[in-house]
Amino acid sequence: MSNAPVDNNRRRFLTIATSVVGAVGVAGAAVPFIASWNPSARAKAAGADVEVDISKVEPGQLLRVEWRSKPVWIVRRTPEILEALGKHEDQLRDPGSEEPQQPEFAKNRYRSMKEEYLVAVGICTHLGCSPQHIKDGAFEEQVEGVRDGFYCPCHGSKFDMAGRVFQGVPAPLNLVIPPYQYLDDNLILIGSEAGAA
Amino acid sequence: MWQNLLDWIEYRIPMMRVAKMHAIEYPAPKNMNFWYVFGFLATIVLVNQIVTGIWLTMSFEPSAERAFASVEYIMREVEYGYILRYMHSTGASAFFIVVYLHMFRGMIYGSYQKPRELIWLFGMFIYLALMAEAFMGYVLPWGQMSYWGAQVIVSLFGAIPVIGEDLVIWIQGDYVISGATLNRFFALHVIALPLVLVILVFLHIVALHEVGSNNPDGVEVKRKKGSLKEEEKTKFKMHEYYTNKYDIVDDVVPFFPHIVLKDLVAFAVFLLGFCYILFFKPEMGGYFLEAPNFEIANPLKTPEHIFPVWYFTPFYAILKAIPDKLFGVIAMFLAIIMLALLPWVDRGKVRSWRYRCGLHKVNLLVFAAVFVFLGYLGGTPQAGWKVLASQIATIMYFAFFVLLWMYSKNENTKPLPERITK
Repeated sequence: MSNAPVDNNRRRFLTIATSVVGAVGVAGAAVPFIASWNPSARAKAAGADVEVDISKVEPGQLLRVEWRSKPVWIVRRTPEILEALGKHEDQLRDPGSEEPQQPEFAKNRYRSMKEEYLVAVGICTHLGCSPQHIKDGAFEEQVEGVRDGFYCPCHGSKFDMAGRVFQGVPAPLNLVIPPYQYLDDNLILIGSEAGAA
Repeated sequence: MWQNLLDWIEYRIPMMRVAKMHAIEYPAPKNMNFWYVFGFLATIVLVNQIVTGIWLTMSFEPSAERAFASVEYIMREVEYGYILRYMHSTGASAFFIVVYLHMFRGMIYGSYQKPRELIWLFGMFIYLALMAEAFMGYVLPWGQMSYWGAQVIVSLFGAIPVIGEDLVIWIQGDYVISGATLNRFFALHVIALPLVLVILVFLHIVALHEVGSNNPDGVEVKRKKGSLKEEEKTKFKMHEYYTNKYDIVDDVVPFFPHIVLKDLVAFAVFLLGFCYILFFKPEMGGYFLEAPNFEIANPLKTPEHIFPVWYFTPFYAILKAIPDKLFGVIAMFLAIIMLALLPWVDRGKVRSWRYRCGLHKVNLLVFAAVFVFLGYLGGTPQAGWKVLASQIATIMYFAFFVLLWMYSKNENTKPLPERITK
């Protein structure tokens, strides 16, 4: 035992300094544990862009492709469907796509780059189920006066043919429009926008 | 010889001292009724889950490619594998049945009130850990309901503003629920959460034995030291840890063997029901194991209806009742937080509903009925009337706490008996 007088300030400083250094050490050691939960390099690679040939899609048809393990719909909309999109906008939550659910180029009534083709992630914005494509007037059962749309069987959310959500359903937002670009008239690349990649 | 061995051990570790303190000489109120068996049963089920779980991991393969097939392998090819798996899956539902009854017992007899708040809180943490454990366990067979149930629950975190989306990807370890998610859920399900559960159960019991067990009359059996006459004190030998601090009324029995034997009778009855389900109705008509889960997970095909397993459906109904996603999630978590806050919401001094006002009894019974009704609403397909019904039921769920807080302050209670009745 030393008989030196106790220096409380010095003790406090040492205690705090030790605690801070220890806390930094703990924070550093936590990094690998937390970061290892991020998608692995393989998962990131599997999330790469997808090229789709749309030359064989008939008018009114829905083509389902997989991008990042999510269903992506490509719908070739007929002129009648496109025209109908303007008629029920008073029943929609976000007819003008104000919420950032789409790339800038799709912030319009049709929510697409070319009016004819809708490209959308087919996952309900409520709790992630995949809605059903209901067409040729059968959608009137869900929303009066609207002939085609998407209906989510899980909790009854409804979307129109531009993936815009109707009012009074659990889903809060329009369907997500993924980034995409046309490589030529018949080829769509899903996953990146022109210039961004 | 035998005694020498015991002495040798006791000198080195307090084996008999702990056994005496917590069982052989632990004072338990003599009027504990059948409501008091569910804690014991929950412990038994926990042991069942751990033992059958260990055996299941011996044949289960936690990967998106192999999980579903390995569960079928357990069911069809491993000797007695189907029994082990059904013991585990039936045990999961049995766990929630006994835990819900155990919690309701605490509510009707005021077992959460001062000084037992921490016991209640530890219990609520056990309940939360149990829900996480059950949810992750249900994902492991990698059937359709495993996958889409996980999708729904994990996407709840996406409702959190700003960080939600990144948080979901972090939890999933991929842009969707995938093999990476399955593997980490497996790790949490078999190691992390069971450890947490066992530690919490230990703390739950330590806290219980420190303040002593409540009873259906809600009157204390421990009195201030020196306040009782000799003939009023218990004739049983209780551990000096308790008798040094308190005088113990002649209304207690030693936990072992008196209470344990009573619990064993309950265990036998429980086993009758458990084994009936295990051998004759292991899927329980789609409630314990849902039909879509006999189909392998398919990310591109949503089942027509997605329901969580029955024990989550009351909270699921609350989630669905609210048309806004973020507020729905908040309401769902608030429903659980309110339960945890019960010791502070209830401002009453009288514990048992036997001596509380009539309104309290009605309030408790209505709450239980609303909880069951919410469970029904959350577990059956959407229908027009159910939206309104679940909104009303949600309001009634929370009204229980509001009412309790209001009337418990100046409640018209009956006089408490000096001693345990009967």
